[in-house]
Amino acid sequence: MKTMKTIEKTVKDIIKKYDGDKTAMIAILQDVQEELRYLPKEALSLISKKMEVPLTRIYEIATFYNAFSLKPRGKYLVEICLGTACHVQGGANLLDRLERDLAIPSGETTPDNMFTLAEVRCLGCCSLAPVVRIGADVHPYLTQDGIPKILRNYK
Amino acid sequence: MSKINTLEDLNKAAKRGLEAIIPSKTKIVVGVGTSGIASGAQQVYDALAGEIKKRKLDIILSKTGAMGMDCIEPLVDVLQPNKPRLAYSKMTAKKVPEVLDQIVKGAVDGIKPAYRMDEEDFICLDEKKPYAKGPLSKDLKDIPAIGSVNFYKKQLKLATRNCGMINFESIDEYIAKGGYFSLYKALTKMKPDQIIDEIIASGLRGRGGGGFPAGVKWQTCRRAHGDIKYVICNGDEGDPGAYMDRSVMEGDPHSVIEGMIIGAYAIGANQGFIYVRNEYPLAVANLQRAIGQARECGFIGKNILGSGFDFDLKIGKGAGAFVCGESTALMTSLEGKAGEPRAKYIHTVEHGLWDRPSNLNNVETWANVPAIISRGAKWFTSIGCKNNSGTKVFCLVGKINNIGMVEIPMGIPLKDIIYEIGGGIPGGKKFKAVQTGGPSGGCLPIELIDISVDFDALWNAGSMMGSGGMIVMDETTCMVDIARYFIDFLEFESCGKCVPCREGVQRMNEILQDICDGKGKEGDIELLESMSKGLVDGALCALGSTAANPILSTLKYFRNEYIAHVRDKKCPAGVCKALIRFSIVKDKCTGCGVCLKKCPSECISGEKKKVHVIDQTKCIKCGVCKESCKFDAIIVE
Repeated sequence: MKTMKTIEKTVKDIIKKYDGDKTAMIAILQDVQEELRYLPKEALSLISKKMEVPLTRIYEIATFYNAFSLKPRGKYLVEICLGTACHVQGGANLLDRLERDLAIPSGETTPDNMFTLAEVRCLGCCSLAPVVRIGADVHPYLTQDGIPKILRNYK
Repeated sequence: MSKINTLEDLNKAAKRGLEAIIPSKTKIVVGVGTSGIASGAQQVYDALAGEIKKRKLDIILSKTGAMGMDCIEPLVDVLQPNKPRLAYSKMTAKKVPEVLDQIVKGAVDGIKPAYRMDEEDFICLDEKKPYAKGPLSKDLKDIPAIGSVNFYKKQLKLATRNCGMINFESIDEYIAKGGYFSLYKALTKMKPDQIIDEIIASGLRGRGGGGFPAGVKWQTCRRAHGDIKYVICNGDEGDPGAYMDRSVMEGDPHSVIEGMIIGAYAIGANQGFIYVRNEYPLAVANLQRAIGQARECGFIGKNILGSGFDFDLKIGKGAGAFVCGESTALMTSLEGKAGEPRAKYIHTVEHGLWDRPSNLNNVETWANVPAIISRGAKWFTSIGCKNNSGTKVFCLVGKINNIGMVEIPMGIPLKDIIYEIGGGIPGGKKFKAVQTGGPSGGCLPIELIDISVDFDALWNAGSMMGSGGMIVMDETTCMVDIARYFIDFLEFESCGKCVPCREGVQRMNEILQDICDGKGKEGDIELLESMSKGLVDGALCALGSTAANPILSTLKYFRNEYIAHVRDKKCPAGVCKALIRFSIVKDKCTGCGVCLKKCPSECISGEKKKVHVIDQTKCIKCGVCKESCKFDAIIVE
């Protein structure tokens, strides 16, 4: 959980960076999420107040796009690719395995706040299918067997 | 970097760039696109940098984007004065010292390069420059020439002309390949209408999938009322299975930027936007750098090349919504709103971004523009086939040996792509179908293997070009599952604005899920068909109206598989978990115990060196046992 002070400072700095440009709302939310790893309710209220945009509008954007999360995310975002190339190479089985090994369903975060498991529809790494992206690292040619070892490297 | 105002300045930059592309001393180039990095290219680059420093070698270390043959990455190209450019495949940090030894010795006696390139193609300048002059030594001759490698043989690199060849961080190298000369030509020697006429005459069709003539779009936008107009690049490459736009944005960002500036001048727009997917951070970084360089050189800004034309270019980042690849949704998203599409009876070329005339083309389309302006419409129409001039970039992925990005003249038969360029299906399995066009496209079965790959032929076959993803499927791919997969994808990505798409796709997904779960009923197939027709007629945007394509095309060509699921409760391909069971063949099992150890649900038992058995009540059908068995003793029924 972030303190109100951190949230306030982050939001203020980011809005300033974009000169409070309302058309930059998506970019602003992206930057806030990058800093805080999710979009806390307090941050959204603050953006609404400072930029004079109704909170419902901001909520609409924050829930429309898949990149945004209203719940805190773990230190590492584990994105299992379910693009077509990954699907035909067994992506669904890999998702099952990740769910079992992390002991959380897709979309949730592990109790130690280390991993958030998410499904993505194509990372554009189809030539390396099936893949999982953990943080910024793409792991190519993933196998069910290889998953425990990869996860261990992040612990 | 200094400002470029005149042709002389441009020539100076080209000279600098040429010296960097074909240098007078040894240069090593590492392919560091997204796929290269994921295969370990960064480690190779770091190892090379470390070793070069340690040995105090006088070698230039450079970077490039993805060349296309992703299955042999990381790729490292070595250029030595008067020798062909050698490509070392599947490089690792471990191999670095040995390769460097070879370079120092000037020999290729240990690790063999995958292929050699004897010349560099400056396609925009209609020129080829040899890397090596004179005859090759025997050891070099023994390395296959790139033109003899099946994967590259039929390719013609036009939109991806610089990908994997030049350093994407250097505007000089781009200029040396003829870059920004087209812009110079357009701004100083051509009138806007002339440019549009040229693009119309070239027959360039939108490479994003629709295949609408780009020049006609430009013309309508130019003629539209309004002082302020926009040009937009659609870099929201959301079709799963396609990544060519990412490769171009990463590996040759200037080609897109130059195309857009030319387009903006022709249309009369002074502002441009590139909308890039959230999933492509490297593309954003490389574009950002390139825009900065173009601005410093004066290609973006006020009074470009002294023509009086002003242009500014910005990047808009998506936030993970497939529907934002649709033009109206993309523009709404650029305005900073939730990217919902709107009905298209009002065209975006008249009322687009902020209700102003806006011309949107995708990455590959823009990247073609400088080449057309430079070489002319006549040359462009000489490539490809009737009504489909030029090339198309495809991403050949899935169950195929040579996985990668290929650019071919349009009209090549599908079988050449699958068997020649792609090298056929791995593991001796049989080709079953190829899926093109992403979730809006369809599957082409083996019966259509001779089909000409162009916009019209694919459309007539019930699929579409789409952005160019080609996912190859073999006998172990279930076509009902594929249809369910796409419908599930579209249900998730549907924005929910119109009822046919929001409700219809959801119901179709439920029916397909039931069929895959063995709960299919008689009449389900017919119901799917009638719902598909409703979607085509009723949905607001292309996402919905084409959503049924994966179902319709699989039904058309693979109806028997549907019937097997519904009537016999069988999945012939052995994919749908509710309809299959794994078992061990007694005669083949050696009792090695590998499957027993690997089974995550501990449902395999048996003593060492004795036949093992699977407890069907505990089996979760993950298939790990089958993957790990070296004796093919595990079968799916």
